[in-house]
Amino acid sequence: MAEDLIGPGYQCVVIGGSAGSIKVLIDALPAITPHLRLAIVVVLHRKNAADNSLLVHLLRSKTLMLVKEIEEKEPICSGICYIAPPDYHVLVEKDRTFSLDASEKVNFSRPSIDVTFESAAVVYGASLACVLLSGANSDGAHGLIMAGAHNALIAIQDPATAEMPAMPRSAMNVVENYHILQPEQLAGFINNLA
Amino acid sequence: MQIADEELELLVADLHDRYGYDFSGYARASLKRRFERLAGLDKFPSFAEFRYKILKDPVYIKRVVEEITVNVTEMFRDPHFYLALRAEILPVLATYPFIRIWLAGVASGEEAYSMAILLYEANLLHKTLIYATDINPAVLDVARKGIYPAAKMKQYSENYLAAGGKGDFSEYYTARYGYIKLNEELSRRMIFSTHNLVSDATFNEFQVIICRNVLIYFDKTLQDRVFHLFNDSLDIFGFIALGSKETLKFSGMSDKYKVLKSGEKIWRKIS
Repeated sequence: MAEDLIGPGYQCVVIGGSAGSIKVLIDALPAITPHLRLAIVVVLHRKNAADNSLLVHLLRSKTLMLVKEIEEKEPICSGICYIAPPDYHVLVEKDRTFSLDASEKVNFSRPSIDVTFESAAVVYGASLACVLLSGANSDGAHGLIMAGAHNALIAIQDPATAEMPAMPRSAMNVVENYHILQPEQLAGFINNLA
Repeated sequence: MQIADEELELLVADLHDRYGYDFSGYARASLKRRFERLAGLDKFPSFAEFRYKILKDPVYIKRVVEEITVNVTEMFRDPHFYLALRAEILPVLATYPFIRIWLAGVASGEEAYSMAILLYEANLLHKTLIYATDINPAVLDVARKGIYPAAKMKQYSENYLAAGGKGDFSEYYTARYGYIKLNEELSRRMIFSTHNLVSDATFNEFQVIICRNVLIYFDKTLQDRVFHLFNDSLDIFGFIALGSKETLKFSGMSDKYKVLKSGEKIWRKIS
């Protein structure tokens, strides 16, 4: 993985994960530069809504960055780590605000990683980076195809290091150009984006 | 199918000019996704054919409106919300001689029946009218019948208990052939009607207005219109309840309302 070849200039990174991804994120957060000039958007599958405030607290304790649950119509600002709320899909509007959507689950998931990858790709294009972490289903794969079509940068966790390799693996089966990421490389990868 | 921004604006204009449905105030990212989803479901090979069908087939428009608007709902969704209703609002309503509740954007009606069960258990249903409205006549037909897939009852029964339900949930319906029908005692106090929050005016005065997960699909301007409509339709000291990610805070009328209980999206009108 040639992370030193990735130049700055990215404005947003969307990180998608499911089972086995929280630990990767928690381990990476302390090493991510707090005042990065890009927005971090985290879309994780969770079993129930009550887990979410716990998750936000947990992530907050690992970084000086502002970590917050996404509010609808909120402007997307750099230097902030946004967490998708439970039971809503997260979309990005052209004016770079978030909008939320409580429609049907996608890949049995709400929030769905596909939905946010696709929507962010349309708005940010080549200034978007997408990271897909461990998980047990195939959410994210289709979104990465769309992100690739909009020239976004794609990184996928090495399935060999993933607690649940199915999600990174199904993405690798369909996505053409991507970087393979070791969990300990995640922070450096993100720091190099901006 | 991917729909480009300018194609989306064509569809919005078509629906308005030809059929009178105004989606211009809808947030574009989710509207675009809904149109793309529909074009995919109905297997249109190109945008041109999709648009032609919309322009030429008034019957298909019913389906378009049904699928473009989000009708996902469940009974006792967010059980803590119903706990708060039970604890904070029903005791106030109990002091009124007559109660009018407006459920705006009620979709297939699961929320209306949840509300009716709450009122029934508090012995208030007999003096309540529940006005259940939606933009979409087809989902209101489902709501009116109160027939839902039996497969969902396990989830609803868990929600009911988490929402503070004290009875046996299965006594509120009869099951047959994979479906359940909610008891007609529950719907006897409901009035179903189409109402479009985008264009229609206030039609009554209410003590409670519940509109959850509808405003997230609207842009700021349309949200403001709806907040004014609700304000004009709500009695002083009445209650407004929104979805868990929606807020009155930036509506320009937040000084007229106070948050009823922290953590819940329920406000009381105080002036």
